[in-house]
Amino acid sequence: MKVGILALQGAFAAHGRVLDSLGAAAIEVRGAQDLGETDRLIIPGGESTTMSLLAETNDLLAPLKEYLNSGKPVFGTCAGAILLARCIEGGRADQHVLDALDITVERNAFGTQRESFSEDLEIAGLDSPFHAVFIRAPRITARGASVETLAALEGSPALVRSGSVLVSTFHPELSADSRLHEMFLAIPRGK
Amino acid sequence: MVPAGKGIPVAVNSSFTMTDMSEASRSTGTQLVKRGLAEMLKGGVIMDVVTADQAKIAEDAGAVAVMALERVPADIRVDGGVARMSDPIMIEGIQDEVTIPVMAKARIGHFVEAQILEALGVDYVDESEVLSPADEAHHIDKWAFTVPFVCGATNLGEALRRISEGACMIRSKGEAGTGNVIEAVRHLRSITGDVRRIGQSDSAELFEWAKRLQAPLPLVQEVAETGRLPVPLFCAGGLATPADAALAMQLGAESVFVGSGIFKSDDPAPRAKAIVEATTHFEDPQILAKVSRGLGTPMTGIGMDEAKVTYADRGW
Repeated sequence: MKVGILALQGAFAAHGRVLDSLGAAAIEVRGAQDLGETDRLIIPGGESTTMSLLAETNDLLAPLKEYLNSGKPVFGTCAGAILLARCIEGGRADQHVLDALDITVERNAFGTQRESFSEDLEIAGLDSPFHAVFIRAPRITARGASVETLAALEGSPALVRSGSVLVSTFHPELSADSRLHEMFLAIPRGK
Repeated sequence: MVPAGKGIPVAVNSSFTMTDMSEASRSTGTQLVKRGLAEMLKGGVIMDVVTADQAKIAEDAGAVAVMALERVPADIRVDGGVARMSDPIMIEGIQDEVTIPVMAKARIGHFVEAQILEALGVDYVDESEVLSPADEAHHIDKWAFTVPFVCGATNLGEALRRISEGACMIRSKGEAGTGNVIEAVRHLRSITGDVRRIGQSDSAELFEWAKRLQAPLPLVQEVAETGRLPVPLFCAGGLATPADAALAMQLGAESVFVGSGIFKSDDPAPRAKAIVEATTHFEDPQILAKVSRGLGTPMTGIGMDEAKVTYADRGW
């Protein structure tokens, strides 16, 4: 199994270190050709506007949609969650969404970096709390019935799953805790 | 276009009642949270902007953040005089214009300018040698702030001293406002070269490294153990072309700051976009060749022997 990490911009190196620690083979994905070599994909945190633009200019939007349709598991964290969402609140008008799951995501929902924080989250399927890092984090403001909430913060979902797509509004790659990456690697291919 | 809001209002699964932890367990302003934003900016371009319009151009081009300042370094160089923190009105105007992080500069040692920038809610403070230093011996105690700081460094010792003061991101200084990449290359090579050499040193040699670098021993030991700087290493100062950005990235920078290089060029928007592409595809010469075409005239720049003031010497 080969795990791709979308490396257009953002925290791809931090995800790579977690995958290394788990002994998972990982490659950085910057174009459609790289994507073809992978069995599952992580879309990291970073600037969602930058990633959207680079996905467009590098002709990655259609291949990413195809990838999602093929049922290959995808894990989106923070900006990755925004890219995978059905709708964005507070986004740029030209910002692309992949519509991989039925959620609406509000960008920068907690304020500026001054309001960024970390805190312990109870996560369904984990037997002890996960110390989650929220950086200029988005918030999931609506979700469809097909979307399962695995963890929540202040009443809003912070970790959700819909089929083979896993999405967090926080940054599991920063926590020195590989349990969510293990959870992702265990998700079977959909369809 | 983003479709109009769909989906049902969020309700937390009733079987899942332990989720909403109290605010008491929440930590802000920790190193984890501060360095976290630097991680998010990796593989990106941070652009100097002096107006809301420029900020918009930067965001449109794919900048991961903008640096709000009153004059770009090239103009500070020409104008001379004392360069200070920007007017809050100007910073707020830029914050209102863009959705990406906004950084702003405080003078070296000017902790009150930093307090003001924190109060304005900027996402990163750059304690910058491009502004006129306010203190000839002390940098800001950056541990005292919730907002994270980036500081410049010309070598590993300077970088580790800044980290010991609480900096969460280091940028190699280069020589701002020159459009000349030579100093950026020198500083980057100096930092990454010493990181590699420390990685090959035995434990006894690390004491000597700490003395020679005038840096705290625990940080030197951390570099030896991990083989990298404890915080993200970005590159600044004199980058003007897509090739310059890719050069910095191939030399080990994790992101680039472009100051005068964009808005002092003939045609800023396409150049900004090309530099963003080059930073992502820094190891792909085919793409670098493609994005380097037809960008018009870059900023003229100056040779190092023509620079009357070297900003890189500021900082202690």
